[in-house]
Amino acid sequence: MDYFATVATLIVIQAIAACGLNVIVGYAGQISLGHAAFFGIGAYASAMLTTKAGLTFWQALPAALLITMLLGFLLGLPSLRVREDFLAITTIGINFIVEAVFIYTPFFGGALGIGGIPRVVVMGGRLGNNQFLALCLVFLVLSLALCRQFARAWAGLACFAVREDETAASSMGISPVRAKLSAFVLGTGMAGLAGTLYAHYARFISAGDFGFPVSISIMSMVVLGGMGTLFGPLLGAMIIGILPEIFRPLIDYRMFIYSVLLLLMIRFQPGGLLGDSSLVVGLLKSLKKLVKPKNIANPREIGGDGDV
Amino acid sequence: MSRALLEVHGISVVFGGLRAVDDVSFEIHDREILGLLGPNGAGKTTCFNAISGVYPPTLGDILLDGARTNGAPPHGMARLGVGRTFQIVRPFSGLSVRENVIVALGGPRYRGNLLRSLTSWRKKGIADEAGAILDRVGLLDVADRTSGQLPIGSLRRVEIARALALSPRLLLLDESFSGLRSTEIAQIEELIRSIREDGVSVLLIEHNMKVAMGLSDRVVVLDHGRKLAEGKPSEVASNQAVIEAYLGRGERGNVA
Repeated sequence: MDYFATVATLIVIQAIAACGLNVIVGYAGQISLGHAAFFGIGAYASAMLTTKAGLTFWQALPAALLITMLLGFLLGLPSLRVREDFLAITTIGINFIVEAVFIYTPFFGGALGIGGIPRVVVMGGRLGNNQFLALCLVFLVLSLALCRQFARAWAGLACFAVREDETAASSMGISPVRAKLSAFVLGTGMAGLAGTLYAHYARFISAGDFGFPVSISIMSMVVLGGMGTLFGPLLGAMIIGILPEIFRPLIDYRMFIYSVLLLLMIRFQPGGLLGDSSLVVGLLKSLKKLVKPKNIANPREIGGDGDV
Repeated sequence: MSRALLEVHGISVVFGGLRAVDDVSFEIHDREILGLLGPNGAGKTTCFNAISGVYPPTLGDILLDGARTNGAPPHGMARLGVGRTFQIVRPFSGLSVRENVIVALGGPRYRGNLLRSLTSWRKKGIADEAGAILDRVGLLDVADRTSGQLPIGSLRRVEIARALALSPRLLLLDESFSGLRSTEIAQIEELIRSIREDGVSVLLIEHNMKVAMGLSDRVVVLDHGRKLAEGKPSEVASNQAVIEAYLGRGERGNVA
């Protein structure tokens, strides 16, 4: 069961990070290829606070979230003024800079990373693997609830408007930079949450855990599952997390398989598995129709009130 | 005629070596429909963009209600009560028609209040308010359709509905009639008149002369970025310079 818990916990943590990226990419339409930087900032913040400052997980968590969101705000402020390709390049740059800071600063443990991160303690007892998985699941549910609420609120609507047409959104009284920043800070906050959980899951972290390939992997989850959908990132994280476990013998060809998968998705299912005009959703709907044949009698239509 | 709502004082908009708008002045009074006319490339849309904040005028001043506004960004102008439509429609295609309106409608209610902006708008009266605006422009029956699927006639109405949702004092309409059938044109004309009755001033760009002349209280004619004429539609229609700008000059100097 330990193997299951280990794999599942990592998937759940990555799903939280992917949900955050989905807010930035799917909701606000801003390409970020540096999401792992914020995943790393959350992990390092929590690791430093627990190992060096002696805080507990529960004390470090809000602080780590605040630090990540603050850095998200500061780095987002200049980045979100540029559009599309330039934003993609800027965020890649952020990822490499953050990774370099972790590697080359002795303060952050340098190339050795940070070890000895304590386990999470709840009511005096250290959490075992399964309990920690449950904790991560609780945070995933909270994250999904937050995303759902954001998408249904005006703040989310403003982001959708900016994604659809920035000029028109601006003429409707929405400050595009502000809308994009709100999505960016929310998304980086969720990356910070995932990072904090990751630090206490791995209990040893180093800069390599948060490099550019990790950003690409999180982006693949979002694209695969469906940008802008609520459960897409979760589905994407599950597929990308489970595939390498099933196809162990193919582990060496992992990056190759990811790339082919991503290319096929973009060619045939740009909306993702749960997005618009999705094959999966379409298939499920037609299955439903097969199982439940047409409603023959709609009493209103037949009985009618004579108007029709 | 009452005081001026919008005053445009000698604005010029320069792109590199091109003077798209050159020293243009006019004003719009309360509850006035002012037509902005001119041949293609006369600088009408550029003028619109300067007023709505898309790019600040290179020279000159724009005053709304006596306060200088040039330099305010588009969202700033929208908050000051200047609503606009686009010549090439720009709906939020992935959103429903109602959501398109709520984007504009929600601003004053939710902006700047983090917790409030995260509450769902679906349960609140705001969806009904959006419905009322859509009813007015005749789109209530398609309120929950994705706006990207609608034909051009409906999209022009979506644009007007969104602008109305800002509760504007000044409405800028950029060719809101182009691509419409004659029955639709009559409906929109009626709509614009009723909007004016509510105390909104309207500045409209229009190519269809019959519509523009019939609807406007006064018209301003631009040509090559300069103001050519200004006055009542009937006066301007017989203005020699205006006729020349539209039709050209004959070989012997006669107006064609």
